[in-house]
Amino acid sequence: MIASGEALVEVRGLAKHFPITSGIILQRKVGAVKAVDGVSFEVRRGETLGIVGETGCGKSTTARLMVRLLEPSAGTIHFDGEDITKRSGARLKELRREMQMIFQDPYSSLNPRKPVGSIIAEPFAIHGLLKSEGERKKRVQELMDRVGLHPEHYNRYPHEFSGGQRQRIGVARAIALEPKLLVADEPVSALDVSIQAQVLNLLRGLQRDLGLTLVFIAHDLSVVRHMCDRVAVMYLGKIAELARSDDLYTFPRHPYTGALLSAVPVPDPIGGRRERQLLSGDVPSPANPPQACRFHTRCPKAQELCSEEEPPLETKGTRSLAACHFPLSAEEVRLRLPLALTGADGGARAAGE
Amino acid sequence: MSFGGALLRVEDLRVQFVTDDGVVHAVDGISYGVRQGKTLGIVGESGSGKTVASLTTMGLTRGRSTRVSGAIMFEGQDLLRASGEELRRIRGDQIAMIFQDPLSSLHPYYKVGWQLIEVMRAHRDISKAAAHDRAVELLELVGIPDPQRRVSQYPHEFSGGMRQRAMIAMALANEPKLLIADEPTTALDVTVQAQILALIKDLQQRLRMAVIIITHDLGVVAEIADEIAVMYAGRIVEHASTEEIFRAPQHPYTWGLLKSIPRLDIPRGEELIPIAGRPPSLINRPSGCHFHPRCPYAQPAHSRTDPRLEPVPDQPGHEVACLLAPAVRTRIWGDLQAGRAPAAARELAQTVPAGRGSERPPVVKEGGP
Repeated sequence: MIASGEALVEVRGLAKHFPITSGIILQRKVGAVKAVDGVSFEVRRGETLGIVGETGCGKSTTARLMVRLLEPSAGTIHFDGEDITKRSGARLKELRREMQMIFQDPYSSLNPRKPVGSIIAEPFAIHGLLKSEGERKKRVQELMDRVGLHPEHYNRYPHEFSGGQRQRIGVARAIALEPKLLVADEPVSALDVSIQAQVLNLLRGLQRDLGLTLVFIAHDLSVVRHMCDRVAVMYLGKIAELARSDDLYTFPRHPYTGALLSAVPVPDPIGGRRERQLLSGDVPSPANPPQACRFHTRCPKAQELCSEEEPPLETKGTRSLAACHFPLSAEEVRLRLPLALTGADGGARAAGE
Repeated sequence: MSFGGALLRVEDLRVQFVTDDGVVHAVDGISYGVRQGKTLGIVGESGSGKTVASLTTMGLTRGRSTRVSGAIMFEGQDLLRASGEELRRIRGDQIAMIFQDPLSSLHPYYKVGWQLIEVMRAHRDISKAAAHDRAVELLELVGIPDPQRRVSQYPHEFSGGMRQRAMIAMALANEPKLLIADEPTTALDVTVQAQILALIKDLQQRLRMAVIIITHDLGVVAEIADEIAVMYAGRIVEHASTEEIFRAPQHPYTWGLLKSIPRLDIPRGEELIPIAGRPPSLINRPSGCHFHPRCPYAQPAHSRTDPRLEPVPDQPGHEVACLLAPAVRTRIWGDLQAGRAPAAARELAQTVPAGRGSERPPVVKEGGP
């Protein structure tokens, strides 16, 4: 664990349970979807932390909890050294200046009835900044220029822009107040492949220039590897593995990470094709997750212990944290990963550290 | 490229939609073929015409505002000229299709088993009981656990991966000769995607099907296809064996696709090189080479000359529609592979006089209406 001065955000035991109700007028609670069920991690200043996982693993919920768009059921969130778990009213609004979000869908996250200029200026209006019209317009046009939009398109409406450009509008709005933390929830998954790189490069450039701390949520493992310094792999509301990018992609410790990496199709017909490790079945329902280790029902290495005792998230011989009783060995990693990732002795190198 | 012996042969297919805003040139003179037991990958972005071409093969774009020309030969019969009744007999029987979104492609009101039985009884003289047994078998074949119970459930009771499996089961019900899969794994998670691709590959080998897989994901085609056609703005801009496309791609758009995606097999931290601009409108297409506004290597002449798909010298079976000289292309790709940015490679392109790559004169024509 690191000193808290280094961490911008510190999350401890965070959980979100959505109730399942039955009945129309008298709604009885009959169960709960445990979307996020006790996750702990910190986001360090200036880094990009990736959260990766499949549909329903709780990565978006985690993001929304962090920026207080959702109320946590349990756990604490510290931002810049202060407990923000229970903040409300004016103090919460104050907080919003420091943390902003970029959403997945560039179509539904922009108001279609407002011109781009006022969409980007909205944060100023909300927080009562830059009151004069001229000042505000100047700042908005600077922002538009910064994210690669033509400042003269100030009066255009969202429908006049392509998907990639709309995502740039969302980015401009998010950086308008110069937040400390930017949370990007699947920012490129709705974009065409040739456009994705434009937005990814923009985010990287902004982070470098503005010293932003970025939380980057995606299901695409290649994109996450490209963007992130550290990565948290989530499965069914829990963190399965938390590691530096270089370590995670060369020497994954959790069998689920290994399976994910093994499943990524590599655009190289010669070096990429290899025997895959296929997981069977689907992700179980988060309303009724498996006991103990949640991955044991699909895990190729599962033993009796895995269904009896939940493994804590801890180091397993290397500096990576993994929640697993039986982490992958160097030999198993070599068999699962694309050749290009492990290289000649990449796995062994990471293992030695 | 010769398509002799192909099960399906598409020849100079054009599909246009007449709309209030103008004529959409969705597919603009494409030709390809696929043989029994082989897989053709069609790669392109949204709006490249890749889906329209396949829907036309199935006769699903017919309508008053659609103009179609060319030929789609399937076992000696031109599907473009087949009657509605003839098409209905082929569709779902000889040729089957898997769609991208399994939820909107299954009928929400009918049980999965019922929908499977309907496919079989529409084409075969088979009793309901026998069809039901076969439906259970099919669900088992595509790896759905507990098929006895699942067969009498509704689509909403299935997960995304299972719905896609059910779609595949439905497509395979009559053992088609040709399977068209349109973005079959785009809506799915990566572990499920791997399962579905493995399933398609396995079934193809067992049933000797021809497969056309349509996708924007180069990783998916690298995995599954024998040859690849890259589409841009309604045309095929490059066509080669999968190995060649990845070893020695010829078209700047293909380079753009390969260099703009983060990949697990390149060193971390390597800059992505985005393709500038965005896909063109298919109503007002750019003049000359449709890719020239986004091409870092385009020269003034490229906005006037329309390139055609021509063989690449010394690479049998490899075709490209590009106005750069073959030698220049080879050097630019070498430069890009060495990690140099397009700007540096572009200067190189300008030092070598632009050639046309072949003795055949290019077609000169004005851009869209």
